[in-house]
Amino acid sequence: MPELAGSSPARQGVPAISLRRRITDHFMTGVAVLTVVLVLVPLVAIFSYLVYRGVGSINWSFLTQTPKPVGEPGGGMANAIVGSALILGIASVIGVPFGVGAGIYLAEFGRNRFGSAIRFTADVLNGVPSIVIGIVAWAILVRGHGFSALAGGVALAIMMVPTISRTTEEMLLLVPQALREAAYGLGIPQWRTTLSITLRTATSGVITGIMLAFARIAGETAPLLFTTLGNQFWNLRLNQPTAALPLQIYVYANSPYDDWHRQAWAGAFVLIILIVTSVAAVRYAVRRGTFGAA
Amino acid sequence: MPGPQPVEETKVTSVPAHPGALLLRTSGGEVPDRIFRSAMTVCGLAVLGVLVLIVYELISGSGLSWHAFGFKFFGASDWDPVNVLFGALPFIYGTLVSSLVALVIAVPLAVGVAVFTTEMCPKALRGPLSFFVELLAAIPSVIYGLWAMFVLVPLLSGYIQPFLAKTLGWTGLFEGPPLGLGFLAAGIILAIMIIPIISSITREVLTVVPQHQREGVLALGATRWEMIRVGVLRNARAGIMGGIILGLGRALGETIAVTMVIGNTPQIARSLFAPGYTMASVLANEFSEATGDVYLSALVEIGLALFLVTIIVNALAQLLVWTVTRGQPARGHA
Repeated sequence: MPELAGSSPARQGVPAISLRRRITDHFMTGVAVLTVVLVLVPLVAIFSYLVYRGVGSINWSFLTQTPKPVGEPGGGMANAIVGSALILGIASVIGVPFGVGAGIYLAEFGRNRFGSAIRFTADVLNGVPSIVIGIVAWAILVRGHGFSALAGGVALAIMMVPTISRTTEEMLLLVPQALREAAYGLGIPQWRTTLSITLRTATSGVITGIMLAFARIAGETAPLLFTTLGNQFWNLRLNQPTAALPLQIYVYANSPYDDWHRQAWAGAFVLIILIVTSVAAVRYAVRRGTFGAA
Repeated sequence: MPGPQPVEETKVTSVPAHPGALLLRTSGGEVPDRIFRSAMTVCGLAVLGVLVLIVYELISGSGLSWHAFGFKFFGASDWDPVNVLFGALPFIYGTLVSSLVALVIAVPLAVGVAVFTTEMCPKALRGPLSFFVELLAAIPSVIYGLWAMFVLVPLLSGYIQPFLAKTLGWTGLFEGPPLGLGFLAAGIILAIMIIPIISSITREVLTVVPQHQREGVLALGATRWEMIRVGVLRNARAGIMGGIILGLGRALGETIAVTMVIGNTPQIARSLFAPGYTMASVLANEFSEATGDVYLSALVEIGLALFLVTIIVNALAQLLVWTVTRGQPARGHA
């Protein structure tokens, strides 16, 4: 690390910096480097251990079979992987249109007090613990009806909306005003302008927001505990208890069986691959998106 | 410039050329416009509606418990479903202690990383470094919990806790059997989980500090660290505080990872080695199996308390960050 203050030619003729100040400067640089190392250590530790245990634990039956009865080795999480896809599908079908719609409202119509209120609500909603959202989904959809994939999907959809709406708004505001005016000038109605021109221009950014929200809910366990509950068998019906990958990992990790611990690691490995792939896709989209919108 | 073309040519050219048709088209667009506007407003209202719904369900659900125990609910420490006696104090205590431990560990590290990435590191390292820190935010809670159970907890009970007991045992914070599971384990895993959010908001806030502040302080003869301390950190105080409070909000509501390592014992212990329980983890463990209306209602009341605390904490953080970044959303990722 070059010493910026002391060696620059602009400092010629200025009284020398005392030894104590110079040592403090170097010391603080060292401290900052140390914090970076300390933060990267758990990251590397978690990923390397996850890959080490995950690769060793994953096998064909894990990906194709349903769980064996308690304590019996073998079996897999195929139903949980499919169940997760089902629940995430429901969440996206509900959460994406509402999130994008709210984002459009905030960007195109919400430049007022009411818009600010919604903006603030969305930011606050983003911080509501996921388990609390699980309780609410339970109270509305599970109590009196029974555990269901739908309830879990709704809980996750609620978690998607704030993230999607705020990123959509941000991305729509990046679209130059002149573009809208040009469209109005050609006599194109506002709805058509917003959907075919503004939203279209911001597509990559909006998709980024959706993927971020998706990556966030894909690993959520807490809101599923008492909405989808989990299931040892195949289920594709929306009104039945359904297995989900994070839920299954949680249950298996807390069990006393070694084989279930192995499967928990395998499940975690599958889950992280799903999420890292979507985050990487987001990075790619962001890079393209910023060039496209600028 | 690469990327998608902003205007779709076909849409524009499809507008009729002669003015009469154009006027007709414009006036014909009014009704769809109104429908469109209403539909988007409904989506915006849904955000408000969800919040109202959450508040309503939590308040109505916790009514029974509120009538039975009143304010004593938050001061009593028995949790006895058999005799229908419920007090939330051990859970509140556990939530606060684990979150505080997390903040004590996470804040210096997160701020350090943010300062390093914005002020010290070579430009080429900046992108990858923030990417790696953001990667921490992408790991699901359950995987943190899994790792903590099988790696962190054995490490704590085998090496770190005996060492802490020997060197800092006199404080009373590090005594008792080194179980691994407990407040310390929960605090450490929470710290790892909230570092990305604190760090990315701090980074955002530091980038907003005007360049001439830095130049001014350097011109007065400051070293780089003095420039950072006087010119940058002092200007960004409010925003950094916002980031820290946002991190606190995350830590308070974090459920799964904490539930897996805190030991799930409703007790108030001074030692960080002791097992405890948090508000979120009692919900995770007992909600789906709660029998009896009062029991369920007591759990919903814990949920309500957790909700209110996180709402207040987040609103505060949001306001602090907004004052610095002027209305940009404060999210965990830049």
